[in-house]
Amino acid sequence: MRRMTERLRQGGVFVWFSGTLLAFCLAMILCLVGFIAAKGMGYFWPSPLVQVQTPEGPVLGEITGQEPARGEETAKTQFRVGNRDIYGQDFRWLPTASLATPKCPKDALLIERLEYGPFIGRIVSLSHEGHLVATGPAAMSGALDRLPETNRVRRHIQSIEKGQVGDLNRRIERIRLARRKLETRGDIAALQALDTRTAQLQTTYDQVQTSLEQSRAEAKAWTLGLQTVDGQDKELPLGSVVRIVPANAMGLLDKLGVYLSRLWEFVADDPRESNTEGGIFPAIFGTVMMVLVMSVLVVPLGVITALYLREYARQGWLVRAVRVAVNNLAGVPSIVFGVFGLGFFVYGLGGSIDQLFFADSLPTPTYGTGGILWASLTLALLTVPVVVVATEEALGAVARSQREASLAMGATKWQTLWNVVIPSSTPGILTGLILAIARGAGEVAPLMLTGVVKLAPSMPLDGTFPFLHLDRKFMHLGFHIYDVGFQSPNSEAAKPMVFMASFLLLVVVVVLNLFALNLRRKLRARLGGSTF
Amino acid sequence: MEIEDPRPVPEPVLLQVPPPSTGLRPASLQQPDLPLTDPSVLSAPIMLQVERLNLFYGDKQALSDIHLKVARNSVMSFIGPSGCGKSTLLRCLNRMNDLIDDVRVQGRVLLGDTDIYAPETDVIALRKRAGMVFQKSNPFPKSIFENVAYGLRIQGQSDRNLLEEAVERSLKGAGLWDEVKDRLKDSAQGLSGGQQQRLCIARALAVRPEIILMDEPCSALDPIATARVEELILELKREFTIVIVTHNMQQAARVSDHTAFFWMGKLIETDLTEKMFTNPRQRMTEDYITGRFG
Repeated sequence: MRRMTERLRQGGVFVWFSGTLLAFCLAMILCLVGFIAAKGMGYFWPSPLVQVQTPEGPVLGEITGQEPARGEETAKTQFRVGNRDIYGQDFRWLPTASLATPKCPKDALLIERLEYGPFIGRIVSLSHEGHLVATGPAAMSGALDRLPETNRVRRHIQSIEKGQVGDLNRRIERIRLARRKLETRGDIAALQALDTRTAQLQTTYDQVQTSLEQSRAEAKAWTLGLQTVDGQDKELPLGSVVRIVPANAMGLLDKLGVYLSRLWEFVADDPRESNTEGGIFPAIFGTVMMVLVMSVLVVPLGVITALYLREYARQGWLVRAVRVAVNNLAGVPSIVFGVFGLGFFVYGLGGSIDQLFFADSLPTPTYGTGGILWASLTLALLTVPVVVVATEEALGAVARSQREASLAMGATKWQTLWNVVIPSSTPGILTGLILAIARGAGEVAPLMLTGVVKLAPSMPLDGTFPFLHLDRKFMHLGFHIYDVGFQSPNSEAAKPMVFMASFLLLVVVVVLNLFALNLRRKLRARLGGSTF
Repeated sequence: MEIEDPRPVPEPVLLQVPPPSTGLRPASLQQPDLPLTDPSVLSAPIMLQVERLNLFYGDKQALSDIHLKVARNSVMSFIGPSGCGKSTLLRCLNRMNDLIDDVRVQGRVLLGDTDIYAPETDVIALRKRAGMVFQKSNPFPKSIFENVAYGLRIQGQSDRNLLEEAVERSLKGAGLWDEVKDRLKDSAQGLSGGQQQRLCIARALAVRPEIILMDEPCSALDPIATARVEELILELKREFTIVIVTHNMQQAARVSDHTAFFWMGKLIETDLTEKMFTNPRQRMTEDYITGRFG
């Protein structure tokens, strides 16, 4: 008993207790990240195509789930059979007991295509403009040979559609607006000049369209004859094939190749099929962009507020009340900020901006609708308390002797703040920014009201003047997760996308934080590594 | 052990005083309530003059009725036990006490011809004339060069040649040039404690002040660094007037021409240093110097 009390007094037990709790927390975090990563990353690995015989006929597909027998329910196996255009659904549950003699036929294929999800079956023939070129295994190798070329053509078409055609459309639209303005003024000469300009643009437009048509025809020239496992035939232009995966005939290296190419497609490409396939690059880009714009807005806002509160305001009950209010702002539910952003920024500010500067294009709103600027501003408001608190602490931590040294040299208060106090507090300010990024990058609710969309036609940063389009709507990883997981017509197929997008969101947040941490480390080194 | 002062606290004479005259003011000498002042001080031109200074922190009086004169190109040291008001007085001389809320100052401080507490006096301009060196060395987290150039930079000086010239002159003046001339771009916080303190002195020299106020500049330094700073003070005397607060009686004896002894917010005695240390006029001074109290 005495030894027990002695031990308690020395506190060794509490060291163990707190250490264990820490280990528990770390384990939970690792578990979270690991689980999401495993669920998401595994999705891209080509799994074997299994063929089974059922009373209704043969079934070919990937095994995606098992359910054990429970009460009257028998055990079931979930197959991803693909061919949504033929079967009407991607997945089938089959009673496990009826699955006799599962086989992995070497010639079974999974064909990723632009529409209707993957095709699972066999290639029987390859034709060029209606003429049969090859059948059987020769058709398959012929298709694999032709695929890179058709993919290249498809990319070319896409880039023209997005780049040149979009650009031309914008120019024609601008001329139309200018025309409307001139018509009211009745400036004939200028109108004629505009007309010739429009005619020129129209010619270019037609040329581009012709070359597009050519490319499209080229893409459609080659056709695959396909057959499902239960004998249904399907014609598919090679131009709409993304990837052919003969999963059962591949070695480890080939599979790794497919894995990496799918991963790259996911990170770097645009989404397809209402976001359930393809990549999520616009969402990654939108998230990063929004966080950057938010950072640019929140730092001056928060730092200047903190400077006034800490350095200039007379410390009294009013300042204390303001400080409490600012801190409480951090506790307001984010959707409330979203509603505020919609009412104040989008309708109020944006509406007025449209009235003043973009009256020509009304009733189509320019800034009077959700956009990346308003979303970032709303998030900046949401995260400003974090920056204010961190900055105030940093300012308070600057040694009094430093301020006195500067003032004794004859510096004014402002010179002292600008030359001594603020530089010494930048690491603390960056700590605030890091916390703000962590909070802001994960918010979804306020964004849904202020500018996030399911699919944005163009990015907020591109090659057309003025390059940075803060009025545009954007995609966001957090919203993407919600949209794909819960709003998608084919949510079962989109499930792995949810995990993968979550994992990427984590990666994006970590990368942004590492960036800020690195900046802070460099600043600290320059400041002599003293405070903080 | 409060000593009652029977004299009434004089009225503040902030505004009704006639324009200050330079040099001698025999009238004030004849006032019987002045602390004993060595006449030899008055033979040299006066740089700094404190008249009837009272200072209050809220209700608490921290300095009462201080009269003091500092001659040009001399070193005056303030000694006295902790809390006696010597640092407070030093900070009155460049109005650093303005930074503290709740401080009231009555009386007059003349730096040259300027009454530094007159309402029209520009504090910023004043502080450029009175450089300050603190107890703990406080270089900015900038390069050595930028530390010394700071005072000129905030005055709007950006001519590279002028700055370089001033930095070299100040560093030489502070006896630091040979040690740092090859690493002016390095951070000042990489210097040793003694070097940092001399850098702070160089920083104060760069704006060519008239008077340098030193608040226990050696209390955080080792004996060798202390000796260097003391040598430096003796050299700087040729060009500047120096007021130094110190706890170290030997230091006061080594570096200063005049010494002022403070006790409980009052100036007890001021005299030539050698006289004060050999033959003090007040009993209390003798007790303090010989270490019988304090």
